[in-house]
Amino acid sequence: MKAPVLGSLFGRKDAAAPPEVAAAALRSDRFRLEREQDWSRLEAMLGRIEKGRLRGLSDADVMALPALYRTAASSLAVARETSLDAATLAYLEALVQRAWFQIYGPREGALAWLRRFLGGDLSRAVREVWLDSCIALFVMVMGTLAGWMLVARDQEWYFSLVPAQFADTRVPGASREALLETLRVEETTGGLTAFAAQLFQNNAGVAILAFALGFAFGLPTLMLLVHNMAVLGAMLWLYHEAGLLLPFLAWLGVHGTTELLAILLAGAAGLHIGRRMAFPGRRSVLAAAADAGRRGAQVMAGVVLMLVLAALLEAFPRQLAGTEARAIIGLFMLAMWLAYFYAFRGRHRSGAA
Amino acid sequence: MSVAVIDRRCREVVTPEGVVLGFRIASRSARAGALILDFALLFITALAGTLLLLFMASGLPAQLETSVSGAGEFLFVVWTLFWFFLWNGYFIVMELGPRGATFGKRAVGIRVAARAADSRGGERLTAEAVLARNLLRDIELFLPLVLLMVAPSGESGPAGWAALLWFLVFLLFPFFNRDALRAGDLVAGTWVVEAPRARLAEALSTQGAMRDHASTLTGAAYRFGEAELSVYGEYELQTLERVLRENRAEAMAAVHQAICRRIGWEPGAGDERAFLEAFYAQLRARLEGGMRFGKRKKDKHDGG
Repeated sequence: MKAPVLGSLFGRKDAAAPPEVAAAALRSDRFRLEREQDWSRLEAMLGRIEKGRLRGLSDADVMALPALYRTAASSLAVARETSLDAATLAYLEALVQRAWFQIYGPREGALAWLRRFLGGDLSRAVREVWLDSCIALFVMVMGTLAGWMLVARDQEWYFSLVPAQFADTRVPGASREALLETLRVEETTGGLTAFAAQLFQNNAGVAILAFALGFAFGLPTLMLLVHNMAVLGAMLWLYHEAGLLLPFLAWLGVHGTTELLAILLAGAAGLHIGRRMAFPGRRSVLAAAADAGRRGAQVMAGVVLMLVLAALLEAFPRQLAGTEARAIIGLFMLAMWLAYFYAFRGRHRSGAA
Repeated sequence: MSVAVIDRRCREVVTPEGVVLGFRIASRSARAGALILDFALLFITALAGTLLLLFMASGLPAQLETSVSGAGEFLFVVWTLFWFFLWNGYFIVMELGPRGATFGKRAVGIRVAARAADSRGGERLTAEAVLARNLLRDIELFLPLVLLMVAPSGESGPAGWAALLWFLVFLLFPFFNRDALRAGDLVAGTWVVEAPRARLAEALSTQGAMRDHASTLTGAAYRFGEAELSVYGEYELQTLERVLRENRAEAMAAVHQAICRRIGWEPGAGDERAFLEAFYAQLRARLEGGMRFGKRKKDKHDGG
């Protein structure tokens, strides 16, 4: 903590030697010369804050900032009515604007934001999109069923639904052994970290896309969800036919509960925006969209975190653990997420005070 | 405000203190320029990072094809995450900073701000808003550009064309609204405004002929009467201010001539600056005197 003396020294040093106030012939110039030092002090402080060097400011400066801002703002109001000096007016407009951005800007650091975010904001945002989550869940279940039933009726559907990268050995008519081989346990961790990083990048991309598409009144988001889940439904049918449904579910569930929930939430956040824009209620469409968009962004930040976890789960426990361990981890993660989102109330927004 | 022409990009925001702040919406070309700068910067950084990692990888001992070495895998993970966080994180982190702008936006002098709601005053820019506006970039920029390349080839058929039209709506969104909002701005409740950084210019009336209306060169005093000062208004005064601040001899001579013609004086030569300074100081004193009584004269055509 610095002594206040330093602050005043600093203030004096930065201000240029003022011209004599009485030397000015015009009243409006005298007004300006009398206040000029406060303005330059504010400007010097703003320069430091904008460079992110808040620590360079003394306590006295930090205390003086709001007062200096108000002085400059009232100078601007007076100058607009009494001065015709365009250069001074432009300077004051810019100065007050800059000060306003700092005083009413985002002042909390990344850590404070993260604490507030994990400590309640995230779960509140998730609860607020409950209706959209229900819609997304319904659509996803329907998509899975549709995939299953389509393939059950006509196996040709399998090839048009499932992208080529999954349809390697996992095709209709494959032997039980071949399918079991795809669920096997790896012996080493070699290559798995790289696998996790790639999975995360891919899934986060899909989730962001699902969210962004919600802006178009939510319809493309629904289509994306239906399509992805139909693939899942088709593969479920395939393993069911081979009598491997449970091992497959465990293999999928270890990370799938986290990942599918994340994709569900991303879709729900997108839908939320689309729904609010289509039915804004009493507010303007713009205000409704902005409100829903900020809430959606909070959910999306959570989704990215979930996907990081999902990728780690997918790379390690899924490849290394057996069926029971996979199922237990998957169910545990699901229970944990549900508890965190829907039972954890956190602190209220005003609770910090 | 100071200029007689109504600026279509000006927006007024009332702060909680009741001060009216004027914001200018950033022009679309400035924003496009900022985006190009940012992408150039990102591209160079990504390339440099990739080359650095490749260089490090080349130093690793040669491996058998089948096994993946721990160090090589680690480098690959670093590269994947570096890529993801560079392209997704750069805009968010920079716009959350105190300047509210990426390097590209800073270079062209614009920043992100929370859009003022109709009824309320200006608002804080929040982390959520910055996140939201940047998460939509994919559908606004990359998908339309990809489709622009894919659709005309005919590979994707009519669905490709339909998708292209659909995404063009997002790409061209800023051109169809007054505030030049892109889709991300709309969803986040933000807008992009100019962030002027003006320097405080010298006070004019402390020097030369402003003070005592007399030339330091010739000693001649310039005094103007009521009739001579009443021909001009604020617009002309501020034009004259600009000429005096720029201090270019030809411009001052031309303005000197024009004023003399207008007020019916015989234009001399050699002492233009003193004449203009005296005229400026007296015109400004007269107009500012009028302002204090609520009388304003916009320009020479204004009767007031």
